[in-house]
Amino acid sequence: MNGWAETAGVFGLSGQIGQPPHIHALSPILGEALHAPGSSLFDRLFTSPNSIFSPQSLPAHEIFRLSMFTLIVTGAIFVTVSSLLLYAIIRFRQRPGEADADREPPQIYGSNQIELAWTVIPILIIVVLFLSTVRVIFGIQQAPEPKQALNVQVIGHRFWWEFRYPKYGVVTANELHVPVSNDPKHPLPTYLKLTTADVDHSFWVPRLAGKTDIFGGQVNSTWIQPEATGLYLGQCAQFCGVEHARMLIRVYAQTPADFQSWIANQQKTAVEDPNVAEGQAVFEHNACINCHSIAGTMANGRFGPDLTHLMSRDTIGAGTLPNTRANLEKWIKDPDAYKPGCLMPAMKLSDQDVSQIVSYLVTLH
Amino acid sequence: MADLIPLSGIVDLTPDEKQPRLWLQVMHDWIVTVDHKKIGLMYIAASLMFFAVGGIEVLLMRIQLAKPESKFLSPEQYNQLFTLHGTTMIFFVAMPILFGFGNYLVPLMIGARDMAFPRLNAYSFWIYLFGASLLYYSILGGKGVFGGSGIPDVGWFAYAPLTENGFSQGNGSDYWALGIFITGIGTIGTALNITATTICMRCKGMKLSRMPLYVWLMLVTSVMALAAIPPLSAAQIMLVLDRHLGAHFFDTQAGGSAVIWAHFFWIFGHPEVYILVMPAFAFANEIIPVFSRKAIFGYPAMVAASVGIAFISFTVWAHHMFTVGMSAVANTAFVLSTMVIAVPTGIKIFNWLATIWGGKVRFTVPMLFCIGFLFQFTIAGLTGIMLGVAPFNWQLHNSYFVVAHFHYVILGGIFFCLFGAFYYWFPKMTGRMMDETLGKWHFWMFVLGFHLTFDFMHIPGLLGMPREIYTYEPGHHWAIWNMIVTIGAFVQAIAVLIFVFNLVRSHFKGKLAGNDPWDAWTLEWATTSPPPSYNFASEPTVRSRRPLWDLKHPEEPDWEYELGTENEMAAK
Repeated sequence: MNGWAETAGVFGLSGQIGQPPHIHALSPILGEALHAPGSSLFDRLFTSPNSIFSPQSLPAHEIFRLSMFTLIVTGAIFVTVSSLLLYAIIRFRQRPGEADADREPPQIYGSNQIELAWTVIPILIIVVLFLSTVRVIFGIQQAPEPKQALNVQVIGHRFWWEFRYPKYGVVTANELHVPVSNDPKHPLPTYLKLTTADVDHSFWVPRLAGKTDIFGGQVNSTWIQPEATGLYLGQCAQFCGVEHARMLIRVYAQTPADFQSWIANQQKTAVEDPNVAEGQAVFEHNACINCHSIAGTMANGRFGPDLTHLMSRDTIGAGTLPNTRANLEKWIKDPDAYKPGCLMPAMKLSDQDVSQIVSYLVTLH
Repeated sequence: MADLIPLSGIVDLTPDEKQPRLWLQVMHDWIVTVDHKKIGLMYIAASLMFFAVGGIEVLLMRIQLAKPESKFLSPEQYNQLFTLHGTTMIFFVAMPILFGFGNYLVPLMIGARDMAFPRLNAYSFWIYLFGASLLYYSILGGKGVFGGSGIPDVGWFAYAPLTENGFSQGNGSDYWALGIFITGIGTIGTALNITATTICMRCKGMKLSRMPLYVWLMLVTSVMALAAIPPLSAAQIMLVLDRHLGAHFFDTQAGGSAVIWAHFFWIFGHPEVYILVMPAFAFANEIIPVFSRKAIFGYPAMVAASVGIAFISFTVWAHHMFTVGMSAVANTAFVLSTMVIAVPTGIKIFNWLATIWGGKVRFTVPMLFCIGFLFQFTIAGLTGIMLGVAPFNWQLHNSYFVVAHFHYVILGGIFFCLFGAFYYWFPKMTGRMMDETLGKWHFWMFVLGFHLTFDFMHIPGLLGMPREIYTYEPGHHWAIWNMIVTIGAFVQAIAVLIFVFNLVRSHFKGKLAGNDPWDAWTLEWATTSPPPSYNFASEPTVRSRRPLWDLKHPEEPDWEYELGTENEMAAK
């Protein structure tokens, strides 16, 4: 089986109907961004779209370099100590046939010189490791924000992500689009301000940066700087309740041109297709509008994801299902069947109502 | 040979009169006892029972995680199981079993008749059992007025505000908070007891500098417990006030602080893990010298390192919180303290290595487990250093790397020493040896299962798998590793079954042990196996750290050669 096609299919990236053109253009690149081309055994065992050892962003690279240094140091310590230990238990084992098997060995109670040595040497190792660590802590946490950085406000909900772009007036959910930063002379990071609508969460996209937790009552800050276009995967990393496992994150790094056209589309109010006016009416007469927003309509709920440009997204339910007509119908009929415990109730609508609502929703590009 | 040494006055060799007793009389005896040995055994028995319960909980979780998108458990069930598993293993297994051994051994090792406060001792045990039962009662206790679960499902560290009313309906969080609060009272009682006993009740000649290292470490552990448990209890009281009396300590939507819960929890939580590991070090300090046939290398440094670790452990707590958004300066401070604590910990490992060096190693089952401990604890300490490098931590935190690390410490480190302790002191407690062959089967199977599970568990963590998730999608390449981890868990379960079978069978059919089957050197081996209720017929007098070595080797007694006591001055 073709590894990347299988993986791409699993993440809902193949055979989408009605996708905007720029998503199609990304597909070949997405495969590469997911994992190395070709699916060797090594790839299937030791790589992952979420691997912390496949950094593609400056903070992740910094962490990767420091972690390699740490692994070398700790690896050397492990080899030294375990070799000595192995040697000791073999060399000094009691051999029953020996002449003086009954005599106790010489009792050594200590040695000031040896004990001093194995106190001082670890302290020196620690000084080196500590200083290397401090450099990276300050390098990442106090990186000066360049003027051209994009600012995104992240709001963690149970169990989905809200993303707001204050500069552009854009509100979306679960899938974060950012411009790629592939010119080292003109870095284009995205700075994220992390807040919560309810309990603690944590924003973690391993290939882009270390995770930063989200606590109520404070605004945490982190930044990413993806250097290649593509899709980066992550998920919530602080237990937030029953569906913590399905609070997935998708970050799309796009060329500046693609990013601007995505923004332009997101800024528009919702598509008004007269062919699905019935479906829109059913939507607007149900409780959907209490939780969801569709810009330009009377739906302005803030409890659930913004649906204005629902069809610009690849998945629904924060990564639970690929975003297709069939899945939308199944989801609306019974979200609990796919994400048990998620906070969207089954709306108990008739099949006909659901079908009409979904016919409306699939026009919302 | 050890039995032939005249130990005048210490042991009363008058045989006990065995009168037939009703089963009800035996039960009554145990329920009302204030004898530290019986109480210690009850702690151990109760802990083993909860170990089985916690083990079943994790086997269910591992079946769920062996495959992606498994439907074996619902998310609610999974979340309850991991909450119960962590809570049970830490509070109802590890703490009580280690303090239970301490209960049994400390008075014997210092030549005392019992603990300083025998009735407090009994109370501490029963209140622990009550607290644990209260938490497990939540399974029966029902769903509360607003629905939601009776069983806590908030993780063993129960971060607020998830535990607040708005997000945890039902009484699960209350059972969690109150069950542990009550058990904590028992821990404080035992800690008080051990502290008072070691300070006040040592036999003649046993200055602090002549105490067995086991007793030193139990003293240090107890003092740490007295300081570490109150922050947790305080936080639990505040949580219950939030949930039921309208307080807003952790309610950020009303101006409270969520991150302060994490601070309170980890100010308890980090010293807590040292409270767990110090008794394990204590076991190693007794077992390794005996089966290397050498005195412990560097006794004064061992004491200093232990006390140092105890103090420093109260300064590292926020290395569990490197991702909460503290400033660069604060993160740096906690990196420093975390790395500093590695120095005395390393010193201990080197001292054990030097104890074995030049000795005559006997590969009895207790020694096998302690050798396993040495390798595995080294690895665990090194993954701990990795986690202490804050930027590396920003990737590893809350991933399966952390889960692998702490199980490496607790299972690969602490429980290996604990199994060694069982095989080493079972003869003293019951008068019979455990079976060596079954013991070796236990050891090797457990080594196999442990490494299958916890070596390979690091990999999904490095590949980005978070913890506390009830399922995961295919395509992340986590599935094969999870399957291997699950298989290892079942191998460990089989090893534990072999161990329990060995325990029970040896109790009835084991070879008779005599006073001193291992040719050891501390005072507990100077009395019968099992000891009489009064331990020693008359108070022993000691002149060194190894009183039985002095008796067995009158031509080269320890008190002429020991370092770091005034014996050293006198000998010169």
